[in-house]
Amino acid sequence: MTAQNRTLIAFIAFIVIALVAPFFLYPVYLMKILCFALFACAFNLLLGYGGLLSFGHAMFFGGASYFTGHIAKVWGWSPELAILAGTACAALLGLVAGFIAIRRAGIYFAMVTLALAQMFFFFALQAPFTGGEDGIQAIPRGHLFGFIDLYNDMALYYFVLAVFVFGFLFIYRVIHSPFGQVLKAIRENEPRAISLGYKTDNYKLITFVISATFAGLAGGTKAIVFQISSLTDVMWQMSGEVVLMTLVGGMGTIFGPIVGALVIVTMQNYLAAFGEWVLIIQGVVFVIVVLAFRKGIVGEFTAWLERREQRKRIAQEEAAAPRVATKPEHA
Amino acid sequence: MFELLGIPPQALYAQLMLGLVNGAFYAVLSLGLAVIFGLLNVINFTHGAQYMMGAFAGYILLTYFGVPYWGALVLAPIIVGAVGIVIERTMLRHLYHLDHLYGLLLTFGLVLVIEGLFRQQYGVSGRPFPNPLPGGQNLGFMFLPNYRLWVIVASVVVCFATWYLIEQTRLGSYLRAAVERPDLVQAFGINVPVMVTLTYGFGVALAGFAGVLAAPIQVVSPMMGMNIIIVVFAVVVIGGMGSILGAIITGYFLGLVEGLTRVFYPEASSTVIFVIMAIVLLIRPQGLFGKAK
Repeated sequence: MTAQNRTLIAFIAFIVIALVAPFFLYPVYLMKILCFALFACAFNLLLGYGGLLSFGHAMFFGGASYFTGHIAKVWGWSPELAILAGTACAALLGLVAGFIAIRRAGIYFAMVTLALAQMFFFFALQAPFTGGEDGIQAIPRGHLFGFIDLYNDMALYYFVLAVFVFGFLFIYRVIHSPFGQVLKAIRENEPRAISLGYKTDNYKLITFVISATFAGLAGGTKAIVFQISSLTDVMWQMSGEVVLMTLVGGMGTIFGPIVGALVIVTMQNYLAAFGEWVLIIQGVVFVIVVLAFRKGIVGEFTAWLERREQRKRIAQEEAAAPRVATKPEHA
Repeated sequence: MFELLGIPPQALYAQLMLGLVNGAFYAVLSLGLAVIFGLLNVINFTHGAQYMMGAFAGYILLTYFGVPYWGALVLAPIIVGAVGIVIERTMLRHLYHLDHLYGLLLTFGLVLVIEGLFRQQYGVSGRPFPNPLPGGQNLGFMFLPNYRLWVIVASVVVCFATWYLIEQTRLGSYLRAAVERPDLVQAFGINVPVMVTLTYGFGVALAGFAGVLAAPIQVVSPMMGMNIIIVVFAVVVIGGMGSILGAIITGYFLGLVEGLTRVFYPEASSTVIFVIMAIVLLIRPQGLFGKAK
């Protein structure tokens, strides 16, 4: 089975499960997973394929959440337009932040994005339209395209699923385009990419903006689902959470962010009653993953599949041509 | 008394002094970060958490063991440094051969663990810490609280001592040599792994020291570390981590700028350092004291 076939089968399985899941599980919980999965997919594009670790992605997620919330509540736009407008704001924010941040690489890039996100946090704390400590509450879910009532959890779920699948496929397409190939080349060896004539800064900036845009799409959708935008969405912990989801699932893998979001959101739900222990356990998971489990769940699983197939291939080759014929020289 | 742009001079001096005190913390913390980064190539995300641990160590020593502030000033950095050495030996050590990003991610995970444990134990509200040096000096043009004066003096002494240790002593020359070529220094019979461990412990102890120093003027709370470390990261980006002296000067300077902003445009005081960082990145990406690649 080739890697592409495997991806296709996994994608079909995901769609089937996602379509029937709300009949068995609480739709709001599933929508939370989908929003965070999209957020993590957007983040993974930047880290896993661009090699850029942003510690400030909460700025785009939370920023879009605020803008969408404000537009839907105060301006009274319909939910799809509010989300689009929020996403556009996140894209613009990504353009500005990316323009500044890509001037440094590696750990400096992480520190710069963290600092910029903290700046946005203070903006959100002080700006009048964000509601300070209270956030924007009671955001109307409204009617999709004017006639689909989103107060119905099932209708909203399928809308969120559609948003997620669109974002997922878009990011998948970016990764597997010539653009994505150049991006991976830059990640592996930037000086060489430059010497081949690629304007690497442009590639990094475009990737940053795409990543910010889809982080914004996730944040805007989240604002409509939970009907609230608050400081939690723009805090550094949120930036850390998306890093954790991507790491746990497997960075640089297509499905890793989905699995990571599933694991972390589920964990948060079960541990919600234990207060600060959520934070502690998340930290412990972080440490374990970094020390011993760097490929993440999907990465380890794929590696295991490949090892198994390699063993099978060797066994087949041996069956076709017995070991005697291929005796090593020193024997 | 004359007024400057409608600001009474007393308010201006008071804010400048407050800025200098903040700058003292920025300087000590970014100095510790620079020392660790120089040898380990790790950005120590836990630096803020270790600063917070220093403050709590002072609080715990005083509350449960009756150790006065001056004793804590010596003991707390040793305790925090020892915890740092354990972290380096058991965890950080295994990541040196990997991309530097993993060091950052590991220390970020540790921040969550440490901060979570302290929040679990002490809650999110702060604890007061009695001022060991009450009172102050009336300088005629302003009132100077004794303790704040002590913070500035202590930080300058520690910064200078660290600079002297690294730039002027034999031990420091080993350290600087190990930054350039660890393999060669090892070949000359110096135990580089032990030096790495001790350097991390020393950098962390500096954070712990800053924490005790901050305890009487800032509320001792589990969140004090993360709030300051993000600013210190910006300070480090502005200064560039290439130079010890650069980290110190940038720290004090940005503290003063922040103090001035609080006088003239208070709304921007929490963001001014980030704005400066953005401007510096646009004009001189390697930082004020950084070397161009």
